[in-house]
Amino acid sequence: MIPRMYDLSGKVAIVTGSTKGIGRSIAEQLAHHGARVVVSSRKADACDAVAAEINAKWVRGPAEAIAVPCHIGHKDQCRHLVDRTLAKWGQVDILVCNAAVNPYMGSLMEMPDEAFDKIMSVNVRSNIWLASMVGPHMKAQRDGTIIVISSTGGLRGSAVLGAYGLSKAADMHLVRNLTVEYGPYNIRSNCIAPALVRTDFARALWEDPQRYETAIRSYPLGRIGEPEDISGIAVMLASKAGAWITGQTLVVDGGAMAAIGRYA
Amino acid sequence: MAETPEEMFDLGGKVAIVTGSTKGIGRAIAEQMAALGARVVVSSRKADACDQVAAEINAALDGSAGEAVGIPCHILHREQCEALVQRTVDRWGRVDILVCNAALNPFLGSLRDIPDEAFDKTIDANIKSNVWLTNLVIPGMIERRDGVILIIGSTGGLRGTENLGTYAMTKAADMQLVRNLTVEWGRYNIRANCIAPSLVKTDMAKALWSDPRRLDIVNRSYPLQRIGEPDEVAAIAVALASRAGQWMTGQTIVVDGGMMAGSLVSEA
Ligand SMILES: NC(=O)c1ccc[n+]([C@@H]2O[C@H](COP(=O)([O-])OP(=O)(O)OC[C@H]3O[C@@H](n4cnc5c(N)ncnc54)[C@H](OP(=O)(O)O)[C@@H]3O)[C@@H](O)[C@H]2O)c1
Ligand SMILES: NC(=O)c1ccc[n+]([C@@H]2O[C@H](COP(=O)([O-])OP(=O)(O)OC[C@H]3O[C@@H](n4cnc5c(N)ncnc54)[C@H](OP(=O)(O)O)[C@@H]3O)[C@@H](O)[C@H]2O)c1
Repeated sequence: MIPRMYDLSGKVAIVTGSTKGIGRSIAEQLAHHGARVVVSSRKADACDAVAAEINAKWVRGPAEAIAVPCHIGHKDQCRHLVDRTLAKWGQVDILVCNAAVNPYMGSLMEMPDEAFDKIMSVNVRSNIWLASMVGPHMKAQRDGTIIVISSTGGLRGSAVLGAYGLSKAADMHLVRNLTVEYGPYNIRSNCIAPALVRTDFARALWEDPQRYETAIRSYPLGRIGEPEDISGIAVMLASKAGAWITGQTLVVDGGAMAAIGRYA
Repeated sequence: MAETPEEMFDLGGKVAIVTGSTKGIGRAIAEQMAALGARVVVSSRKADACDQVAAEINAALDGSAGEAVGIPCHILHREQCEALVQRTVDRWGRVDILVCNAALNPFLGSLRDIPDEAFDKTIDANIKSNVWLTNLVIPGMIERRDGVILIIGSTGGLRGTENLGTYAMTKAADMQLVRNLTVEWGRYNIRANCIAPSLVKTDMAKALWSDPRRLDIVNRSYPLQRIGEPDEVAAIAVALASRAGQWMTGQTIVVDGGMMAGSLVSEA
């Protein structure tokens, strides 16, 4: 039985970058709580495989997953993603902007313009595109949720992830702005900002023994995150439970931000 | 990754104490936790109200898992806080979830005018009792390497207010308390978070929403165009107590219809 406050029956969700990691776990959990879910990433075959697995293992009731590939850096592909969803199910209630890139590690002062532009366009502008594309439908039905996966990297300076952090801070402001622009239509917009989570994206950080040690020592809960630590929070926000929360950034970080400097 | 789907919001077998849970937000939390399978202590100053609400929750459960029992506690009295925790442990063996929800606001007006007694009472009820209660449950949580502490703060603790100064200071203290609990006890897998609502339709805030003309103005000042319902604040608290909140601690979750995020009226 799906708990009443966290029930997503009848809802339609799009999750970008949902063939792996955090996005995949969110797609699984949304489906498990009753939503029809669009699985998406750059690779069509990966999308098909994950949608099939979700249908085999995670769906309850009339929930269903379909695959629609989309490289979020391309506006026409974002448009296609939203159009395909509407063609299939006639509605979109939940948008999870999860996919993001980080093509550069190093000083912000030495960063090539192309890398900066890529980070900003994929991590910020694509989210604005997608929000603007689902907006008219959510406005018309006076109901919708937009969740952007940001990062605690957007809350603190970093020696090597400066531009990525800038883009993740921009996501936090984006949901505040969406709240002002879309709130009166009962569209809620929030960020989830995780610290280090065990996914391919952050492999370089958690496979490096020294970085891993630093992380688990500086996180009060003593462990890095798993994708399932993030996806339950996403379901909470997407469901009736999240009906009166908007414009916020939920930091999900094992306590890291509350303990800044403790082991410095 | 879990092979069989994990139920994110299940509270089956958990034991929860919710202070101030005969009405408003606390009651909604108790109801929702029981519906997810938890054994919940309903508490307030009035024993008969506690029993009554516990009975109503049990009746609504209609045989499904979960259970409620009434145990009165006036949070200003240390021995009553101790008895609340002790009686819970006597009955169900432990406390997995503590929700510090009850709070007082005995004075409305400028900070300049608050009498010392009202000041002390606000601090004692809203800060000291939370420290008492958390200290009473934490040893058991350390032993089990598992525990959830939730404190109901307020957006009042995030900005200046004209006539709620002391109350708002205590609500800011709640936010710091969860950070401190996180640093002190996080390594024992104890998660502590604060939920900070803006205006919610309960008796405590009735003066702010009972006049329809005033309510209309307040409603329109929120991006979502309305004040909150107890269930909407409760569902966030309840989720944090479940698997969904297992890696979240030391945070304040603002649940406010968008109030803090931005104004619909343009600002410079
Ligand atoms: N892992 C962490 O420690 C961490 C911490 C804080 C925040 N985050 C954020 O969490 C989000 C998800 O990251 P993750 O760690 O789950 O990464 P991940 O496991 O590497 O998964 C990334 C997903 O995005 C897809 N993707 C990559 N580039 C894309 C593009 N241009 N367009 C569309 N899809 C794309 C990938 O599939 P294809 O390769 O097939 O396209 C994959 O499905 C990101 O926004 C990241 O910034 C992660
Ligand atoms: N409503 C809002 O707009 C709002 C906004 C932000 C934050 N909050 C916070 O939300 C929490 C709950 O408030 P609410 O609005 O739900 O209030 P409410 O509807 O008035 O309920 C208050 C509950 O607390 C109990 N209580 C009062 N004094 C107590 C005491 N000294 N010891 C133990 N229990 C006591 C009451 O029962 P008895 O009278 O029988 O004791 C009742 O069960 C408070 O922390 C409040 O500061 C409320």
